[in-house]
Amino acid sequence: MTGAPSRPGSAAEVAEAVRGAELVLPRGGGTKPALWSAEGAEVLDVSALSGITEYLPSEYTVTALAGTPLAEVEARLAAEGQYLPFDPLLVAAGSTVGGAVAAGANGPGRLRYGGLRDFLLAVTFIDGRGEIVRGGAKVVKNAAGFDLPKLMVGSLGRLGVLTECTFKVFPHPESCATLRVPGMAVDEAIEAAGRVGAGAVEIECLDLVHGLAGWDLEIRIGGRSFALDARLKRAADLLDTDVTTLSGDADASLWRTRREFGWASPDASVLKLPLTPATAGALEQVLADLDASHVGRVYSAGVQQAFVAWPAERVADLPALDLALTEAKLTALALRAPADAAPRPILGYRTGGELLRRVEQALDPAGRFGRLSSPSAALPSRP
Amino acid sequence: MATADAADFLDALTRCLGVDRVLTGAAPMAAYESDALTAFRARPRAVVLVDSAEEVVDVVRLCAAADVPFLARGSGTSLSGGSLPVHDGVVIAMNRLNRILEVDPVRRTAVVEPGVVNLAVSDAAVPYGLYYSPDPSSQSVCTIGGNLAFNSGGAHCLKYGMTSNHVLGLEVVLPDGEVIEIGGDSLEGVGPDLVGLFVGSEGLFGIATKITLRLLPKPETYFTLLAAYDSLAAAGEAVAAVVASGLLPGAMEIMDNLAIEAAEAAVGAGYPLDAEGLLIVELEGEKQQVAAESELLLDVVRKSNPYLEHIASDPDDRMRIWKGRKSAFSAVGRLSPDYIVQDGVVPRSRLGEALTKIQDLGEEHGIRVANVFHAGDGNLHPLILFDGRVEGELERAEELAGEILRLCIDLGGSITGEHGVGMEKRQYLGEMFGEADLDAMRRIRLAIDPGELANRGKMFPDAEAPALLSHAPHPLEAAGVISRE
Repeated sequence: MTGAPSRPGSAAEVAEAVRGAELVLPRGGGTKPALWSAEGAEVLDVSALSGITEYLPSEYTVTALAGTPLAEVEARLAAEGQYLPFDPLLVAAGSTVGGAVAAGANGPGRLRYGGLRDFLLAVTFIDGRGEIVRGGAKVVKNAAGFDLPKLMVGSLGRLGVLTECTFKVFPHPESCATLRVPGMAVDEAIEAAGRVGAGAVEIECLDLVHGLAGWDLEIRIGGRSFALDARLKRAADLLDTDVTTLSGDADASLWRTRREFGWASPDASVLKLPLTPATAGALEQVLADLDASHVGRVYSAGVQQAFVAWPAERVADLPALDLALTEAKLTALALRAPADAAPRPILGYRTGGELLRRVEQALDPAGRFGRLSSPSAALPSRP
Repeated sequence: MATADAADFLDALTRCLGVDRVLTGAAPMAAYESDALTAFRARPRAVVLVDSAEEVVDVVRLCAAADVPFLARGSGTSLSGGSLPVHDGVVIAMNRLNRILEVDPVRRTAVVEPGVVNLAVSDAAVPYGLYYSPDPSSQSVCTIGGNLAFNSGGAHCLKYGMTSNHVLGLEVVLPDGEVIEIGGDSLEGVGPDLVGLFVGSEGLFGIATKITLRLLPKPETYFTLLAAYDSLAAAGEAVAAVVASGLLPGAMEIMDNLAIEAAEAAVGAGYPLDAEGLLIVELEGEKQQVAAESELLLDVVRKSNPYLEHIASDPDDRMRIWKGRKSAFSAVGRLSPDYIVQDGVVPRSRLGEALTKIQDLGEEHGIRVANVFHAGDGNLHPLILFDGRVEGELERAEELAGEILRLCIDLGGSITGEHGVGMEKRQYLGEMFGEADLDAMRRIRLAIDPGELANRGKMFPDAEAPALLSHAPHPLEAAGVISRE
């Protein structure tokens, strides 16, 4: 890192900062150090670009500057009975709108209606040439022009510095409750998750949590209060075993803690891996082969993603994990990790490198944000 | 291309595919000269009928080597002229690539080839209690490849999103013939969302040859409500009230009197003929939840004072209601020798304002406009009725269409919700986006396809291609290269 981070107050100032930089990465709330740190890179602090610029509850849209804390957005939406259905992570920790989009990571609630890619409608960003670029539209349906908002989801600050984002929002379920089945074997839990998921009951969240006594299956159901009990019973019948029901504060705090990674040791590196019920076994095998079957992990959103807490004392084994994931055709993002923990922000198997290389060439010809497409780069580096 | 080179190129295509699958000459290619934007035709150099992804790669590589533009075509249902051939280019007909390779009930995915018809995906998923959500009105004929290129929508986009929200992974032939994989089987990804970028790129980034789609569990039950109003504005206000109530219906559709009349004449859906505005609202999901929501919905809708309400009594009744809505385009077409369908989007709260202005604009131009729209997501479908045989009517209709698009931009919306820019709306893309925005898009296009071979001439305002809205005959038109029907 060279010098103190610059802290621009407007999109134009961000553009100026980018034009003046050799290698630069944006930082919002600073909750994901591995994603905004790289050797030799300046840090561009965008937290001054903060505030909700437009909120129209009746349109189901909200627009905020990229440095706006997600907590602020959620509070404003909650006052109107609405929420961000992709269920952002690390909200209490200070994560921002732009950081969430750039990381492209979603919480357990993404199961019900979709992730960031499904709820991001419009973006403004500064590309690698220092130009202010807009994409998408602030309406819930739009097919005009290339879908630049989706391109920015998961772009890790390497294709542009986000300055403003517009999201689709939804009405929050009137009430929610959670069913819990403790201590299952992993195969049994995945099978049960599939059975409930394939049933008629619509589910908000479905997570499998690894613990000392096996896997806990947790299923959150939400909707009209009047119908909730009948629906919980229907889902519980599908499980065909003893279940505990959590409601009210117990339900709310369970899922709040989950997305803050309160279940992971504070110094662990939390990795996110896209998954399917069919590939969870491959991840279990990778962990077993590395003698890491004990590490904390959650198979989240109907086993569509894993969060793995890689222990601080095993940081030296991350390159081995990288290799094993590549062989197993699994990919991981060093989501919440210390700056120096991960060999590179993305571990494991990669696809689409050639297309990404061409997009990088278009948006950042000088390589000011580094090159994510370079498969061998240990760290983002100048081309 | 010199004559000898052109002959060599055709020979190479023929060697690759056999003489039966390389169509040249006016008669065999006639069906490929136009799409659902019928105002224009263009004659390609050849139409090739490919049987496999490997043949797509071969053809694209031959085109790249000879610098010949190409485009993929499915059923040719594009309403924006997206599958209009590039003059003297190659049309790659994808319809034979129509295998559903896999339906996986555990992952809830289907892997399909691009020539598969939209509805066939849902049909294949039926045994597993699953379905494919995007439902453009042409879903019984349009293909997944075309849906992907233009990010097609349908009636359920507010709750479930458009095509891009249902595509997880792709195998793509880039415009130089390089084959890549992007995305995967999971709903989640890591790194920039390249699948998201590819979907809706209007064929400008190459051709998808294998597509992994997300399937959803089929809703257990539906509650479909029809409400008739004596003004279009009242129907619009009912939509606002439903949204404000915290309900999230799967679909909310509105039709005006002209559209009701046409749909009724065509399919006898049982719509009230005297309604000025007809609202269809549908809740779907599990029984207990829908039962609880339907009480709230009825309460909200009744407060909006419809003069008539009807709840679908059984699945047949529901299908009849939807059949009227889905046939509205073609039905309105019967009222008039020609029509233009527009596809702009406005913020939902400004629907009433937009509809009033569209009516005023129609009267100003002396042109009838029927309105059918996805009220839940603000996607308008004004059908502009005209008679192309009457001198000046086409021009007046096009002028009106342009004013409606500008109105959508002014109200903070979009020029297209689901049909894409294609040929038709190219000149308006630059009014919706600024120069720097278009420049970024242009740079991406050129970095991926430096020769601009893939679907050349579409989407970008300054692209070299015949302009639909040129009022004087285009030089290519005068030369007999392209023609209006």
